[in-house]
Amino acid sequence: MKTTIIQFPGSNRDRDMIAAITKIGGHAPFMAWHTDTSLPDSDLLIIPGGFSHGDYLRAGAIAARAPVMDAVRKAAKKGIRILGVCNGFQTLTESGLLPGALMRNAGLTFVCKEVRLEITNADNPFTSKYAQGEIIRCPVAHHDGNYFADAKTLKRVEGNGQVAFRYAEGTNPNGSINDIAGIFNEAGNVLGMMPHPENLIEPAHGGTDGRRLFEGALNMLESEMA
Amino acid sequence: MASQQEFSATVMVRLKNGVLDPQGKAIEGALDSLGFEGVKQVQQGKTFHVALEASSKKNAQEIVEAMCEKLLANTVIEDYTVEVG
Repeated sequence: MKTTIIQFPGSNRDRDMIAAITKIGGHAPFMAWHTDTSLPDSDLLIIPGGFSHGDYLRAGAIAARAPVMDAVRKAAKKGIRILGVCNGFQTLTESGLLPGALMRNAGLTFVCKEVRLEITNADNPFTSKYAQGEIIRCPVAHHDGNYFADAKTLKRVEGNGQVAFRYAEGTNPNGSINDIAGIFNEAGNVLGMMPHPENLIEPAHGGTDGRRLFEGALNMLESEMA
Repeated sequence: MASQQEFSATVMVRLKNGVLDPQGKAIEGALDSLGFEGVKQVQQGKTFHVALEASSKKNAQEIVEAMCEKLLANTVIEDYTVEVG
């Protein structure tokens, strides 16, 4: 499996993502820059967290209109897996690749803490290494993670099983509607999530609950998994 | 081709009705604590002033509306108005 990580001016979790892919997948990812108009041949594209373009206008708004996003859209259409974490999730909703929007946290403050996530839909490669309904630990760090979709969109997203993760009871850190922490696109090959699984992949992080997301995304066999 | 003229457009972007506006709510609370009575609602939004060249006022309006659809507003959560002067 070949992975490409896309960098924007202001990305700051890109190195965490490189470390996660290198440690879990066994080799370093390709890197792409926001002005690139084509991407290396890849099975997995990742838009990492950060504050692309300083979060000016709206978080992810300017990144979503970058030249590289045309190539990302093409890859999404072809069924290539795409993961957006935090600012990457914001960029994917702003680009129209995922439904809904991420608004200012309901409590108005930046939240940096650990939450519990419920695996709402394990019937997808990204979540296949978890059990349906399993509760995992995961860190969050964001100011604009309050997921919103209008009633019609929400009904469609819920009905299609597009909710990948929910904040487990009592841990919703940002006011997200229906406690939504991560969603798939309708085809299931694009995943956006606010929490940072890349920051909980080895014992030195204090836990490894995030690791299986990458093992799933990389189609790893049980025998290859740590 | 019609000659280009200069126009100035004012764009107002604000959250749609029904979308929770925690910043507006916080400002409402602050106004209340300052003793401003009778405040029913505060919405926080954004204003953009765009100076541009276009062939006519109508053309300027169309261009700026396209800017709103493509970038200035997120129409999932925001409405916009455009006034060309």
